[in-house]
Amino acid sequence: MAPTKDTKEQFPTRAGNTRFYDEMSSASGELRPNYQAYVDWFDGMSAERTGRKRHEADALFRRSGITFAVYGDEAGAERLIPFDVIPRIIPAHEWRSLADGLRQRVKALNAFIHDIYHGQEILKAGRIPAEQVISNAQYRPEMQGVDVPNNIYAAIAGVDIVRAGAGEFYVLEDNLRVPSGVSYMVENRKMMMRLFPELFAKNRVAPVEHYPDLLLDTLRAVAPKGVLDPTVVVLTPGSFNSAYFEHAFLAQQMGVELVEGQDLFVRDEQVFMRTTQGPQRVDVIYRRIDDDFLDPLAFRPDSMLGVPGLLSAYRAGNVTLSNAIGTGVADDKSIYPYVGDMVRFYLGEEPILNNVPTYMLRKPDDLAYTLAHLPELVVKEVHGAGGYGMLVGPASTQAEIEDFRKRILAAPEKYIAQPTLSLSTCPTFVDTGIAPRHIDLRPFVLSGHEVRFVPGGLTRVALKEGSLVVNSSQGGGTKDTWVLED
Amino acid sequence: MLSRTADHLYWMARYVERAENLARMLDVNNRMLLMPQSDRENVRLWRETLDSIGLLQTYFNTHGEKLVPAEVVHFMALDRANPGSIYSCLRAARENAHAVRGTLTAELWETINATWLDLGKFDIARMGADELDAFFEWVKLRSHQFRGVSFATMMRDEANCFLRLGTFIERADNTARILDVKYNFINEAPRRNDAGEYYQWSSLLHSVSAFEIYRKVYRDQITPSRVAELLILRRDMPRSLAYCTDEMLSFLHEVANTRSDETQRRAGELASSLRYGRIDDVLEAGVHSYLTRFIIRINDIGNRIASDFLVPVTT
Repeated sequence: MAPTKDTKEQFPTRAGNTRFYDEMSSASGELRPNYQAYVDWFDGMSAERTGRKRHEADALFRRSGITFAVYGDEAGAERLIPFDVIPRIIPAHEWRSLADGLRQRVKALNAFIHDIYHGQEILKAGRIPAEQVISNAQYRPEMQGVDVPNNIYAAIAGVDIVRAGAGEFYVLEDNLRVPSGVSYMVENRKMMMRLFPELFAKNRVAPVEHYPDLLLDTLRAVAPKGVLDPTVVVLTPGSFNSAYFEHAFLAQQMGVELVEGQDLFVRDEQVFMRTTQGPQRVDVIYRRIDDDFLDPLAFRPDSMLGVPGLLSAYRAGNVTLSNAIGTGVADDKSIYPYVGDMVRFYLGEEPILNNVPTYMLRKPDDLAYTLAHLPELVVKEVHGAGGYGMLVGPASTQAEIEDFRKRILAAPEKYIAQPTLSLSTCPTFVDTGIAPRHIDLRPFVLSGHEVRFVPGGLTRVALKEGSLVVNSSQGGGTKDTWVLED
Repeated sequence: MLSRTADHLYWMARYVERAENLARMLDVNNRMLLMPQSDRENVRLWRETLDSIGLLQTYFNTHGEKLVPAEVVHFMALDRANPGSIYSCLRAARENAHAVRGTLTAELWETINATWLDLGKFDIARMGADELDAFFEWVKLRSHQFRGVSFATMMRDEANCFLRLGTFIERADNTARILDVKYNFINEAPRRNDAGEYYQWSSLLHSVSAFEIYRKVYRDQITPSRVAELLILRRDMPRSLAYCTDEMLSFLHEVANTRSDETQRRAGELASSLRYGRIDDVLEAGVHSYLTRFIIRINDIGNRIASDFLVPVTT
């Protein structure tokens, strides 16, 4: 059937809808300037071509195996992360201020981790309650007094950011352990350029494909002192891990070996990999394994993923782990409320990026307020991740809220609460056509000799109507993220 | 390169090659069955085929001791529970490829992944004989594609060497087994007429893509000793034992390390015995016993490659 004007999907008009900030159009229904060229192009395209291209994207992702494994599913089932062809477009000036904020924030976080494992000045100054840090499960006493190259602990950070209004960005979470998703940022861009090459002639979109080069530079910059030509490897839990595609992708793009724990061994406090030509020394390990599994001699003895003796080699300064052990002490949800204080304490600056106001339920006042306002709040487990174990008050039934109330009362110190943010929306293809869906943004911040990143990051989109949960494990999708150049 | 990576590459190639040779074996059996012969002959052929690849007992355990040809074909082609089926080989190939996808070129990975995804579309329970033909043809084509894409896109480094080692060791083993079963079967079949026997030999040649080569080389009628000579000793016949061991030896030289001297010596000895061997001596020893010894030797070399390169025990 030939497409007619009537079969063509339309961007939803938002006139009168002032509840959420939409990335494409203003509350009065006017197109924002950063979307002008895109929408002009889209209007000239037939519905048939859009549909065909969307199917093509699915087929290409599947054929190239750009998938993630889902835990609990049948025998290593792999799924595609839904990819939406409508890009999220960020104007240059907004990115500039975001970038300044990110740089500042990650510098402060690295300074904090260094301080915690050395003099603990910030605790002595009373800016953060010491018990919050020292009794935190993510605090690693093994790291006390250990020096790391350049004092960089979180060489790779994935900072989750949401927008509530014009120029109004909030940090939801600092991921400083093993943040993932950057491969989708790169693959989404490649896919868009393959599907719609003409778009990139009409828009000046900042490139992101050189991320692996910056990553390799960063990893080489944090090599042990005196190593001039470091051997870098990526350490993966293996091909059944949900992020395995990304591990393989990054190793390949950087041209380094992708190793599993069984490929490495430690002799005389030095790390080697087993090769067909005998043992080869390893200097920098970009590890995509949690602290607990790194070394069965030091952490979980039942770990089959790690390398016995790795911690001893690490503490001796003979190998760099990126990220360092013990960075979780800085991205824990119970520490999150203090990041602003870190910026002021270490850098003597005012924080550029906002934190979401956070109620810490270990405090009686905060607990009382939260219990009285559960239907309006988002409640999260302090150590939770991936969108699991959280309550989104406005989207929950009375029964779910009451159930969560019991869990909170049983262990209030395990939870924090935040006001439900009005996450911005972006037009997205759904079953019924195009509709606004909530999005977030995860830029990847690299710290080596200096702080660097590629413009943009990974935009995740909650595909269910009204949903604020964007995690891929919870049915979220992704979009290509454009930062327009001036 | 990492030993584990080499191991995955080597086995990926072996499983693809094994899937292809299984398809060849099943294909030739099916063709032989088109000829007038007794049910007893039929069952004997399938029994010997299963026995030659070590799956007879597995079949008995799951299907009982009565051999039903249609069930054997299903068992060897698409039975997911049979670790030696074409299905299981292609799954193992894909799993090995997945574990080292970063070492493969994008084209090669996509070739293997697409083969695996497309395999799910076949429903062998409902396939007629002509569709079975098409299925075996498809498996062969995908294996050709795998080799072609790797040949055309992979860098000529260690990764390529281990991949080719896997291909040629598996092919040497498989050609020996196919020849062993068929040579024996045809020679022991009750004699009916020359046409029947001609058809048997020609389908064996077809199954290893050797029919045209035979014509070219001998320009004469098909005789058992020439078939044996072609598949064992001809160094220009790409599925012969001599060709496969030659290739194996040269890739082994390229990856040699400090542990591998003895392996290279044994590989060289085996390749030389084929290069300078005479068919009369093979026939005198008996084709079956000759091939049995060959299979033991090639698998010894396979095991030694594993311990020298793929799973080194030293730390």
